Amino acid sequence: MMWFFLLSDAFTFGAFLIVYGLSRHKHLPYTGEPEAFTFSTQWWPIPEKVFNAFPGFHGVDLPLAFVALMTMILILSSVTMVLAVEAGHRMDKNDVQKWLLWTILFGSIFLGCQAWEWAHFITGTDEGMLLSDGTRVVGANLTINQYGPPLFADLFFFITGFHGTHVFSGVVLLVMVFINTVNGVYHKRGHYEMVEKVGLYWHFVDLVWVFVFTFFYLI
Amino acid sequence: MATHHDNDFHQTGEIPKPQTKAIWRTFFILVGLTAIEFLFAFTMDAGTARNAIFIILTIFKAFYIVAEFMHLKHEAKTLIWSILIPMALVIWLMVALISEGSYYFESITNYFN
Repeated sequence: MMWFFLLSDAFTFGAFLIVYGLSRHKHLPYTGEPEAFTFSTQWWPIPEKVFNAFPGFHGVDLPLAFVALMTMILILSSVTMVLAVEAGHRMDKNDVQKWLLWTILFGSIFLGCQAWEWAHFITGTDEGMLLSDGTRVVGANLTINQYGPPLFADLFFFITGFHGTHVFSGVVLLVMVFINTVNGVYHKRGHYEMVEKVGLYWHFVDLVWVFVFTFFYLI
Repeated sequence: MATHHDNDFHQTGEIPKPQTKAIWRTFFILVGLTAIEFLFAFTMDAGTARNAIFIILTIFKAFYIVAEFMHLKHEAKTLIWSILIPMALVIWLMVALISEGSYYFESITNYFN
């Protein structure tokens, strides 16, 4: 049943990414030199120019560095999750606990990174965007943003926000499974199938991130 | 999910050694593919060719996550197909709506000309 829940969830994320593709194609692409790129509501922004900040490196242009780190953390959390499932097959309670804790840790770090990313996106850069009437837009909200057309920020909030919510529910599920493991619930039951099910969900979240990463940050 | 529990019930207090070679191999494949994506992101100019490379690499990553980590490769055939066929339909919808977006863009930009 978990598989069919994940299938329905994949439809939801598919719909988000389809809307992203559609809106992107109905806006003008930026055609000039990448070096001369400026933010404008006329065209869709180049993601490398939007997501180029890293905590502690104010004003340094580090395109996609932070999102690369986030991707690595999430893939790593997926690995520790498989290791927990594998330990469950061997009925190795201590190993299950150890790997579940690592997964919870990486999941929480990812959430923290996303919180920083959102804060930075909402606060904006020092320069912001100069409008034709001389006013400046700094930061982003649902109606206007300094990076491009309003839809760009809207889709950023909805897609990464929905994914972040999934990661958060995943961490909550992991904590519950961890508590049960420590209490020996699964050991008494004779199998660690619950760990496997939560693991499936967790890998799905990682899978969605792989797609969000490609379609939102790379292309 | 419930197909490989052969060693669950006749356990004699001794815990078998972990079998993690395949897991780490998959991990390094995923990291490698992501690294290649970054390489392309910084060395190649944006365009259809680069986007095609990104999408192909993403599908490879998705395959490794679903087949190995989520263990779908080792499930029953019927389950594999009942997951893959609906996903194929979603991809069809995606292609259709992206071309629809281009058409929409063309019609608005050329309407007043």
